[in-house]
Amino acid sequence: MDARATHGSNADRGFVWPEEGLARFPDWVYTSDEIYAREVERIFHGACWNYVALEAEIPAPGDFKRSFAGPTPVVVARGADGAIAVFENRCAHRGAEFCRPYRGNAREFVCPYHQWTYDLGGVLVGVPFRRGVKGEGGMPADFRLEEHGVRRLKVTTRRGVVFASFAPGTEPLEDYLGPEILADFDATFDGRPLKILGYYRNTVPANWKMYHENLKDPYHATLLHSYLVTFGLLVAGNRSAMIVDAKGRHGTMASAKPDTLDVPEESRREMRAFHDNLALADPRILDYVREFNSPWSVTMQTIWPNMIVQRELNTLGTRQIVPQGPHRFAMVWTMFGFEGDSDEMTRHRLRQGNLMGPAGFLGLEDNEAMKFVQDGIAKARPSAAVIELGGSEEGTSPNLISEAAIRALYRHWRDVMGV
Amino acid sequence: MREDFAGTKLDPAEARALRLEIEEFHAAYCAALDEGRIADWPGFFTEDAVYRITGRDNADAGLPVGLIYCEGGGMLRDRALAIEKTAMFAPRFLLHAVSNVRVLGLSEGTVEAQATYLVLQTLVDEPTTIHQAGRYFDRFARVAGRLLLRERQCVYDTVLIDNSLVLPV
Repeated sequence: MDARATHGSNADRGFVWPEEGLARFPDWVYTSDEIYAREVERIFHGACWNYVALEAEIPAPGDFKRSFAGPTPVVVARGADGAIAVFENRCAHRGAEFCRPYRGNAREFVCPYHQWTYDLGGVLVGVPFRRGVKGEGGMPADFRLEEHGVRRLKVTTRRGVVFASFAPGTEPLEDYLGPEILADFDATFDGRPLKILGYYRNTVPANWKMYHENLKDPYHATLLHSYLVTFGLLVAGNRSAMIVDAKGRHGTMASAKPDTLDVPEESRREMRAFHDNLALADPRILDYVREFNSPWSVTMQTIWPNMIVQRELNTLGTRQIVPQGPHRFAMVWTMFGFEGDSDEMTRHRLRQGNLMGPAGFLGLEDNEAMKFVQDGIAKARPSAAVIELGGSEEGTSPNLISEAAIRALYRHWRDVMGV
Repeated sequence: MREDFAGTKLDPAEARALRLEIEEFHAAYCAALDEGRIADWPGFFTEDAVYRITGRDNADAGLPVGLIYCEGGGMLRDRALAIEKTAMFAPRFLLHAVSNVRVLGLSEGTVEAQATYLVLQTLVDEPTTIHQAGRYFDRFARVAGRLLLRERQCVYDTVLIDNSLVLPV
């Protein structure tokens, strides 16, 4: 649905922001089909960079990967010349989603329905019976193959990470991310070639924006995630920061693992989660091998609109948000290490992987909590979320007990969405 | 000795006896998980066991990542401890069903076997779903007369997981 095709003002359609401003988020932000359609048009299909792949997934000419730019199916392919193209996974003829496997290697793409054939850049190179049979049928004489390729996206890469945009005028990625976000992005993607360790794939029955908000909400980390607190990875008072870019879109939730576990009594009383009598039988999962040029042992980056960069100690991964309407999104986790990792380092990353993913000690709790929220707002009488931690400050915050990053995101979102 | 349907070279009577013993193992293992006795789960493994759950997309591509990845009894006990004592998740019923048990080989006290499994999940006020459908690739050791898992690779076809996987399979 094109929002421009609907009639009446925001107010006529019930999109009235509460008078408290960014201290309240109304339910329709997360539940409205019309708002979702407007998000697809203005954000995912707008002047944004969508994360689509890691170059290490498609290292050789002809390698391809099925992916998504926002909700839209795309193919990411490396051409014979090594260049990466991103194009819609939709045949120009009848619209068939022609590329079906997760990954592969091909010389060309052939839509199985009528065998329209595309090269590795998405250019139409063959239409069967184009001239008809015995002079009858076929395409009109003025049909030009070059005018009927699949639709291509603008592509950019940085440190082996591939982004695509539907808007030709999207600013350069470095400007889009801004210096604050780029610093920690480059600390994780530090130039070493990546080695893919595998994938997790799951759906979350919640609005896609909640995933960004969850990682712009350091308040939840010590409260929801008892594991972090119990075993000493993160406690209130740890050196930490919530860093936001100038436009409020992206964020880095950062913390430094303490060398000793010493939780002040005042903090313990506030955190029901704290069980100081439990201990791990195999604490290797918490080891941090210092391998990055960064003061932080953990950085969780939200790259608007569809990417998370996970650097949780030594377990590394990207997460791709694939929105599927206002009430559901899919998430593709691509876990990686580096070429040159020792066998023991790879196994350390795999062991530490138990923290994250849809069965991870932290990951499963995030997914459960987001389902709780969507269930609550979708079924109950209309109301609004209370976003008042840290008062009215917006953007970067030096402490964990603040929702300033979430408010900054929504100042941007409301501007783009016109609500 | 002969080739049977499973392509093994075990004596048929010995293979049948092992299969029955493994089916009894699966029933006890599933009962522990389905009854919520997560603390009993590490007891089905040897102290040097490897346990991994991974999607079929990873397994077919030879990718090593695990949704759950445990090396040794300590990590298995830590998984059980974390689920029991620290994890937040919605209440649920889980039902494991195991079938098509195949004994593939016996060498130096290690039994190699496969089976298919289903995990049915029921959340409060929601219909039951097939949460996992997959295969066990097992290696059993005999310890004090009893079969224990030295390795269990759970490879699931249900690649797109519905929200979260709370308990081991």
